[in-house]
Amino acid sequence: MRKLLWACVALIGASALGGIALNRGETINAMWIVVAAVCVYALGYRFYSAWIAARVLTVDDARATPAIRLNNGRDFVPTHRWIVFGHHFAAIAGPGPLIGPTLAAQFGFLPGTLWILVGAVLGGCVQDMTILFLSTRRDGRSLGQMARDELGPIGGYAAIVGTLVIMLILIAVLGLVVVNAMKHSPWATATVFATIPIAVLIGLYLRNIRPGRVLEASLIGLALLLLAVVGGGALNEHETLRTWFDLDGKPLAWFVIAYGFIAAVLPVWLLLAPRDYLSTFLKLGTVLLLAIAVVIMSPEIKMPAVTQFIDGTGPIFGGAIFPFVFITIACGAISGFHALVASGTTPKLIGTESDVRLIGYGSMVLESSVAIMAMIAATLLDPGVFFAINSSPGIVGASAEAAVSTISSWGFPVTVEQMDRLAQDMGESTLFARTGGAPSLAVGMASIFSSAFGSGMLAVWYHFAIMFEAVFILTTLDAGTRVGRFMLQDALGHVWKPLGRTSWYPSVLIASALVVAGWGYFLYIGVVDPNGGINILWPLFGIANQLLAGIALCVATGIIIKQGKLRYAWVTAAPLAWIALITTVATWEKVMSADPRVGFLAAAEQLATKLATGALPPEQAAVAPQLIFNQRLDAALALLLTAILWVVIADTARVSWRVARGLPVLPSSEAPAVPVHAQ
Amino acid sequence: MSFATLRLLPRTLWRFIRALSRDDAYSAYLAHHAATHPDTPPISAREFYLREQERKWSGVSRCC
Repeated sequence: MRKLLWACVALIGASALGGIALNRGETINAMWIVVAAVCVYALGYRFYSAWIAARVLTVDDARATPAIRLNNGRDFVPTHRWIVFGHHFAAIAGPGPLIGPTLAAQFGFLPGTLWILVGAVLGGCVQDMTILFLSTRRDGRSLGQMARDELGPIGGYAAIVGTLVIMLILIAVLGLVVVNAMKHSPWATATVFATIPIAVLIGLYLRNIRPGRVLEASLIGLALLLLAVVGGGALNEHETLRTWFDLDGKPLAWFVIAYGFIAAVLPVWLLLAPRDYLSTFLKLGTVLLLAIAVVIMSPEIKMPAVTQFIDGTGPIFGGAIFPFVFITIACGAISGFHALVASGTTPKLIGTESDVRLIGYGSMVLESSVAIMAMIAATLLDPGVFFAINSSPGIVGASAEAAVSTISSWGFPVTVEQMDRLAQDMGESTLFARTGGAPSLAVGMASIFSSAFGSGMLAVWYHFAIMFEAVFILTTLDAGTRVGRFMLQDALGHVWKPLGRTSWYPSVLIASALVVAGWGYFLYIGVVDPNGGINILWPLFGIANQLLAGIALCVATGIIIKQGKLRYAWVTAAPLAWIALITTVATWEKVMSADPRVGFLAAAEQLATKLATGALPPEQAAVAPQLIFNQRLDAALALLLTAILWVVIADTARVSWRVARGLPVLPSSEAPAVPVHAQ
Repeated sequence: MSFATLRLLPRTLWRFIRALSRDDAYSAYLAHHAATHPDTPPISAREFYLREQERKWSGVSRCC
């Protein structure tokens, strides 16, 4: 009976995928994608994750987990698996899976969707589950520590450098997304600004009025946030007030930089912790609402399955489908960042070893389905509208007329009137060239929500979606700055002891300033760049994130081989090989390509020539030297990241070779087995 | 599903939501403390909350 049921799931999934692939109509209903995704996830979870747990990891429920052995009522606590699932999902889900698919939609809906499904089921979920399990067997040790213990110091250092670099690039690109969403939008800016005092208020409530009563505080905060969204709309109607919040990119960038610094040096209870509670509630609520709305509305996908931009001429970012669809999707398919969470807080809560399936594999399945929803939200827009929102003026022309004629000439008809009407519906002054993914996602979400739950509120839904993205981007921004600060303080402590003390205020200020300067630099250049910094920063982020996934998969592969399970090593080695391939090819193209929209060096060269021949208008000539330097720096950074990846791969190969030859390697760092009943 | 489990459903759900949001963290700590160190006084709700936040945000607890 069971077998029959699963055969049906497989059959339905295969027909849905076939239906998508063979569809020759103008549009296709999003339900095809939803059904195909649900079936693929169900099969992956039911069979692949079970097989990995039983054969490759050999989970053993008779073995006491660290939560049981080291239970201290605080961080080590055996917790119900669905609750750990909720915590873990809230920790791994961020803005990444929303933005990546939105940008990758320029290739059409099919390439991104396929990679989200395949990459998650065979790559991302496997990585998350494996690292979670390995860390659980090692008392919740971090990825960096595991790399050092199992492979040697090289892997350990690589993990630290990789984490620091990814943190800087990630924060810069997310900051840029927020800046682009707020640029010349008084409503969005006022709402995002209002989230800060609201968070502080909740922070004070949670510390002074009713300590630790998270639920009631969050509900009060959520009500205030919704009020801020509506209030922003009222402010937008006011003649003088709206001009105060009608800001250019540069002042907004300085605001984000100043905010990041202040947030990083303030005590966590005041700003970071309360805003994280709000963002977690918003995140879970919105994801749920979006899933329900997609099913109720079952929208038609208007984007073609595959566009002509797979050849690398895309307006949102330059580069061909291989390897850039894989670099761009990032977190929705496989995210190295998850390995840091899976080897931190989560393993200390796991009550039974077999829970790693639900928590590791299952959370990533859910994260991947968020990416699928983002893809649906991006592709249900008229393609012309989608490209008009997401293309930078450097590509399609600065004026509205120029942009619509360029985009229409690609075969995606759009008119100025259509864009103006849409902007008016959304309560914005314009939606042309609102790059970064957030505005187009917000338009998509607003149309899903308003058609599923009653129309008319488009502008409110739009700004709700912007606020929703901004709230958790800002959380990632200061959480990331803090982590970067701790890592930097740790490193600086080797140079001069007092700098390593995390509670010494001068050291806190210096390290925070350095970290903020690091990402602030990339953010500022991204705002100044007329071709839109997303084109540069998102691929760098993708490469950095894949590098971290590569390190995590190396650690996993190394441990599997050390345990004498060479025949199962492909489970992590195959995704590792794929990641190494796409990261290396992407880096090669980003550095060496002669196309200035793809290659960093070619772009620097082109700009230098223009500058020398006086072909640039004065305001662009003023920033050109900075941009040229930045392109060269980006090339060096991409090379550094890929070099680190190959060093770790070589180190893993060295360890594996020694195992194969029977030579001594570092001993296993697994905690000794203690039966559950001995507790 | 029997009537008894159905009747308990709201309470189970409420417990689940409290645990998910860590709203119950302090009462869980009190229970653990009473069981393991009954001879020492537990720390206050505010002290517990502040220490927990400090611990939570000292490592990577949020992702992209």
